[in-house]
Amino acid sequence: MGIRFILMVNKQGQTRLAQYYEYLTLEERRALEGEIVRKCLARTEQQCSFVEHRNYKIVYRRYASLFFLVGVDNEENELAILEFIHLLVETMDQHFGNVCELDIMFHLEKAHFMLEEMVMNGCIVETSKSNILMPIQLMDKTS
Amino acid sequence: MALSGMRGLSVFISDIRNCQNKEQERLRVDKELGNVRTRFKNEKGLTPYEKKKYVWKMLYIYMLGYDVDFGHMETVSLISAPKYPEKQARSYSTCMLNENHDFLRLAINTVRNDIIGRNETFQCLALTMVGNIGGREFAESLAPDVQKLLISSSCRPLVRKKAALCLLRLYRKNADVVNVDGWADRMTQLLDERDLGVLTSSMSLLVALVSNNHEAYWSCLPKCVKILERLARNQDVPQEYTYYGIPSPWLQVKTMRALQYFPVIEDPNTRRSLFEVLQRVLVGTDVVKNVNKNNASHAVLFEALSLVMHLDAEKEMMSQCVALLGKFIAVREPNIRYLGLENMTRMLMVTDVQEIIKKHQAQIITSLKDPDISIRRRALDLLYGMCDVSNAKDIVEELLQYLSTSDFAMREELSLKAAILAEKFAPDLSWYVDVILQLIDKAGDFVSDDIWFRVVQFVTNNEDLQPYAALKAREYLDKPAIHETMVKVSAYLLGEYSHLLARRPGCSPKEIFIIIHEKLPTVSTPTIPILLSTYAKILMHTQPPDPELQNQILAIFQKYESCIDAEIQQRAVEYFTLSRKGPALADILAEMPKFPERQSALIKKAEDIETDTAEQSAIKLRAQQQISNALVVTDYRPPNGTPPPVSSLNLVKVSSTSSNSDYNSVDQGADHTNGTVSKSDSQTASADLLGDLLGPLAIEGPPGAATSEQSVLSGGDVPSAADAAAIVPVQDQPNSVQPIGNIAERFHALCLKDSGVLYEDPYIQIGIKADWRAHQGRLVLFLGNKNTSPLVSVQALILPPLNLKMELSLVPDTIPPRAQVQCPLEIINLRPSRDVAVLDFSYKFGTNVVNNKLRLPAVINKFLQPIQLSAEEFFPQWRSLSGPPLKLQEVVRGVRPLPLMELANLFNSCRVMVCPGLDPNPNNLVASTTFYSESTRAMLCLVRIETDPADRTQLRMTVASGDPTLTFELKEFIKEQLVYIPEASHGPTQVPAPAVPQAPVIPPDDPAAILAGLL
Repeated sequence: MGIRFILMVNKQGQTRLAQYYEYLTLEERRALEGEIVRKCLARTEQQCSFVEHRNYKIVYRRYASLFFLVGVDNEENELAILEFIHLLVETMDQHFGNVCELDIMFHLEKAHFMLEEMVMNGCIVETSKSNILMPIQLMDKTS
Repeated sequence: MALSGMRGLSVFISDIRNCQNKEQERLRVDKELGNVRTRFKNEKGLTPYEKKKYVWKMLYIYMLGYDVDFGHMETVSLISAPKYPEKQARSYSTCMLNENHDFLRLAINTVRNDIIGRNETFQCLALTMVGNIGGREFAESLAPDVQKLLISSSCRPLVRKKAALCLLRLYRKNADVVNVDGWADRMTQLLDERDLGVLTSSMSLLVALVSNNHEAYWSCLPKCVKILERLARNQDVPQEYTYYGIPSPWLQVKTMRALQYFPVIEDPNTRRSLFEVLQRVLVGTDVVKNVNKNNASHAVLFEALSLVMHLDAEKEMMSQCVALLGKFIAVREPNIRYLGLENMTRMLMVTDVQEIIKKHQAQIITSLKDPDISIRRRALDLLYGMCDVSNAKDIVEELLQYLSTSDFAMREELSLKAAILAEKFAPDLSWYVDVILQLIDKAGDFVSDDIWFRVVQFVTNNEDLQPYAALKAREYLDKPAIHETMVKVSAYLLGEYSHLLARRPGCSPKEIFIIIHEKLPTVSTPTIPILLSTYAKILMHTQPPDPELQNQILAIFQKYESCIDAEIQQRAVEYFTLSRKGPALADILAEMPKFPERQSALIKKAEDIETDTAEQSAIKLRAQQQISNALVVTDYRPPNGTPPPVSSLNLVKVSSTSSNSDYNSVDQGADHTNGTVSKSDSQTASADLLGDLLGPLAIEGPPGAATSEQSVLSGGDVPSAADAAAIVPVQDQPNSVQPIGNIAERFHALCLKDSGVLYEDPYIQIGIKADWRAHQGRLVLFLGNKNTSPLVSVQALILPPLNLKMELSLVPDTIPPRAQVQCPLEIINLRPSRDVAVLDFSYKFGTNVVNNKLRLPAVINKFLQPIQLSAEEFFPQWRSLSGPPLKLQEVVRGVRPLPLMELANLFNSCRVMVCPGLDPNPNNLVASTTFYSESTRAMLCLVRIETDPADRTQLRMTVASGDPTLTFELKEFIKEQLVYIPEASHGPTQVPAPAVPQAPVIPPDDPAAILAGLL
């Protein structure tokens, strides 16, 4: 099925955005996020970007204080997901201009909309930045 | 930092940010939740804007990890709101709701209107929502519309790309949505698409479709190759779809993934073009400075590698791949190293290259010491996979060495793998014993019991090995502190074989006893019985008897005679008494007999672990946990083999099964105290049982044991003429093995429910679990071997009637001891008929050949879907189906008298749904259902039963549907359910009343008039 969840977590381990593509109860989410964050945040720059956890493979990338963690199954290509994270960050950058943790916190709904334009039900929908941002620009205009 | 117009939300987020600790945060959240809750209560006052604001607040709170258990309805009302900004709350719904939320159904209509409407933006929002959280109902009502959008030429790509993934979701909910004539052709056309967004999402759809049924989509294969060519040549790829100069790496990767689901590429031209592309990727990917570009190009390269492996390319290309991987596992970049190891492990599947991979062994062993656990794990997997007789010694020794420094998270896996490799590839057996003892010595905590059971089995079965093993065990006992497992294994081995060492220094019975007895105070309760057995054996082997030693040991036995632990106490008492028997002791405590050869429990365990870690969603995992928490029927039976009464089936939790069986073994020991029992007996039994029990614990029937819970209606009687009409006699040849329970009763119970036991005898239990969807069904047979020895020559043949298409997956020839195998059976209902499928099942146990022909509960009512109709829906249908052959009426006599309520229950349990209140006469029942088959598709069926309160043994039944055969078959089926058949042997009475010639049907304008005319 591909992507199971996408998390954005700051280096204190606080979740800033969470999108799941399979149903987990709140307790399961909390437990999963806790375990993953503990595992990934402890890793150094010299280690690889992939962590195996339960039945997931976590592909993660760090940007300043923010970690982007994507949980995938064995059906995904790890490096493609790693670069997909970068594409997401570049897209946010284009919209917010030098995106930072606060942008995501205070524009949570926009971050969600962007993600929604890029991933649907665990599959990649769109990889063109201008196409991804179009609906959000439309929304900015109407509101 | 105002949030696009939602100031309240910004304030709230700031507040949360400023919270000093979790407690403050919780207080602030509680306050906000209270606030939102009150506002929602007086809903009238809420503007859509406010609703939207609160909904986002709730999302934020949910993300922080707090439960939000209200506001779902408000979300749905936002989904249905007419304006764009509010509708965007759907995005919220995809975060918080899931398909199990019932009220989502309320939104189906609005969503559908948006999808078929002309507003692109609304279409997109609707498709996104359904694509993320749509459930089965959505699949049923929206699939055609979504398909239309996907292939429409007038729709813009931004809608179509979402339609593709939306359809993928619906397909996962109900595979029927693509069972449309010509859908494969449309998919093929779809791949001609120019727009890369649409192609990207369509490719995900294709991957899902071909992974289930590649045969239907052969025609897509050349198109995929075309897409790859287009991307590889960078033709017609807009700038916005190139990523650091690489034409959409994601689409390239997905397309190559899709190609890996086709087993072969037959067309030589297509194959050649594909290999050209792949060759270019393999040769042309260089390491560049830019990280992103490098990652993207290597993503494509790794995917190309696995496609090449899959296609089983020419040797030259393969060695090119191995060379590349060899390079990768030595680079500094950790990601590439990780993936290199991972792909090299996959490469092991390809024959011929193993020798080349072995050249990299040193490099791989270096990776086993990498600071990164992810890489170490990959290296361990690879080493495990590449191990064979030639390099086993090196690899296992490397693993052992690594064991002492490895992290705890890996030790168990590591020691299990080392043990398996040592067993599988041991160049000589003494080396194997060395390895296992070292393993226990270095990582005793992580060495599971089956590892030491296995070494004991080996030593017992190989006489040459016994002195060596005993000597080694003796040496380990000299170490100052040893692990308890080491105490167990060395005590056991020395008990059995220390007499073989008698002449060596330090190995006299007395010395051995002393050194073992030193350990006794340090061990836990389960180890003490093993030590007692060892003492008894030492005593027996001490020739000539040493009175001092004897007294010492007897004193120990005596001491434990009052032990609180039953196992220890029993052994102490038995051994004490036995030791006084003098020479007879030698017979009783003779050496352990050889163990029967069997599959290693370790290898079985490793396989289990592998399937565990196979890709499974959390949901599947949860489902499995539920099953394993479910009650399990233990298969312990009294030794004489008579089946216990149903009530005595022990329902126990898995976890307690093992201890239960332990007691069983003890009990058995006690049973034969008349001389034959010995320490060895109970030892064998418990070691044996333990060894086996660590596999699947007991036969897990599908939830719910069948016999006890037949429904009130079908219980007690052997109902239905289906028995008489069955096309084969059950058990047409005498079997020496008697089934447990009544086969016919089990079958009838299963006709009304979807899981239970179909057949059981002392050796095997066949359970069934079925899942029916419209005209398709999936029935899983659970074949459980109840014994400690395998069932062989297992054969299962399906004899399907003409109306069913059935495909049984492979049934293994052998069912291992106490294992349960699952054989899924796919069923497609072609047309209405009451004929029953038969499972011709046979197996061999010992010299017994057991053959049974069992009816399978794939009966007509399984393809019914109850549907509740209102009077406005029912009567026009009823009128439009006038007279035979579409509407048939019959007076049925000899009905078993049932109160009306139970009659209604009977109908409901057959999935024919009673619609209460439709018929003005309280003595009548009106029911409706939908029948699914390939020939009829979904077909509405209506039933009316008119009863006579004065004589409950007769009634008039009218059945109507749009298909004459269906009407007839359904009528007969219902009749079978109604007619009372006292005993199968009372043949004559079971003939139902002959059909009364159909009276012309009175136009049912006034439903009551019909009854008046009849009774």
